Amino acid sequence: MSATEIKAPRSGQSSSGQISEKTTAGGRIAPQYRRSGSSKGNFEMLSWLFMRLSGVVLIVLIFGHLTVNLLVGEGIHAIDFGFVAGKWADPFWQVWDLAMLWLAMLHGTNGVRTIINDYAEKDSTRLWLKIVLFAATAVIIILGTLVIFTFNPCPVVNGVQLPGGFCPAP
Amino acid sequence: MTAELAEPASKIELPAHIGGGGEIPSFDVTLRVRRYNPEVSEESTWDDFKVTMYGTDRVLDALHKVKWELDGSVSFRRSCAHGVCGSDAMRINGRNRLACKTLLKDLDTSKPITVEPIKGLPVEKDLIVDMEPFFQSFREVMPFLVNRGHEPTKERLQSAEDRERFDDTTKCILCAACTSSCPVFWTDGQYFGPAAIVNAHRFIFDSRDDAGDMRLEILNDKEGVWRCRTTFNCTEACPRGIQITQAIAEVKQAILSRKV
Repeated sequence: MSATEIKAPRSGQSSSGQISEKTTAGGRIAPQYRRSGSSKGNFEMLSWLFMRLSGVVLIVLIFGHLTVNLLVGEGIHAIDFGFVAGKWADPFWQVWDLAMLWLAMLHGTNGVRTIINDYAEKDSTRLWLKIVLFAATAVIIILGTLVIFTFNPCPVVNGVQLPGGFCPAP
Repeated sequence: MTAELAEPASKIELPAHIGGGGEIPSFDVTLRVRRYNPEVSEESTWDDFKVTMYGTDRVLDALHKVKWELDGSVSFRRSCAHGVCGSDAMRINGRNRLACKTLLKDLDTSKPITVEPIKGLPVEKDLIVDMEPFFQSFREVMPFLVNRGHEPTKERLQSAEDRERFDDTTKCILCAACTSSCPVFWTDGQYFGPAAIVNAHRFIFDSRDDAGDMRLEILNDKEGVWRCRTTFNCTEACPRGIQITQAIAEVKQAILSRKV
């Protein structure tokens, strides 16, 4: 920041973090309106930027995904277990689906996070909703990533091969 | 004195069908006012007042008539009564308006006209709210010129183009119609609010001002511009027609281009 001496006033807080009623008229403000000090860092700016950028990328990824799966070739009739297995054998589609999973999950989670911030009225409600949200997000992202990379189209269980006409004989 | 004073004869001959010169249509309206008096009850109630008003009357005139002739305890703020001071912002038929700029004939007079205090700020009595949290956010963005250069002997000159850059946001009258129309502000009152951002914009984009970076830093707060969800409620509510959502977007852009 440039070299200026004027201190920006904060609601009810002086630079030392003490409530100072003389300088900021903090005493006249109903306590629920008092902001709890300044937030350092650019997290809200970065999350705002992420929403815009991931949104643009997701448009490309999702419409590419829909076109390839539903329109190209035999279209929707070609989709079966083998089709998905074939796609995930290709690193290109692995990366595509991984990007789609991560961006969609983080984009959606961030959106719900802002909705919780906007609409939850109590701090405790806010905290619990966010814990549930982040836990669900973590489970889905980890599980999805695991599936994309460890997907085995021809699993053998107890020496018996599970059905799949395209699989080589064990 | 019972003798009626005869009107002076008109100097212009009017045909009979035109009628009196200053004849204004009159109509009955029902004003449904949100009442709150903490000395009597913590509950707010609705009071209906039926008044005969004229086509040139505003909601403020109806409130005056109620206060002066029907119920003197109805409390509201107004100062200039001509849309400049910003004292009489209230929720009229669910929309934030200045009572002194809202003509009754523009509203649906067949139904009661609801008049409530603006939302999101603590109500003190009837239509009067505590504006202190609103003004605190305004003060925090430092709405005054900060210049570290040499004090000029005359005025600080500025080109017409530089002045045009922030012309829109100079129009703010601090009525709080925008901030109290914002759903994000309604939730917890922590958001700086559109009015504070508009007044920061007025100085951030002023070529004579040197503290733009500081104001951008203040509005980069977690309760700053990033809480704006671009619902355009503020732009719709502004009695001065300021393009508030656009001003907020310009401040967002300025923070981004400074940081990224």
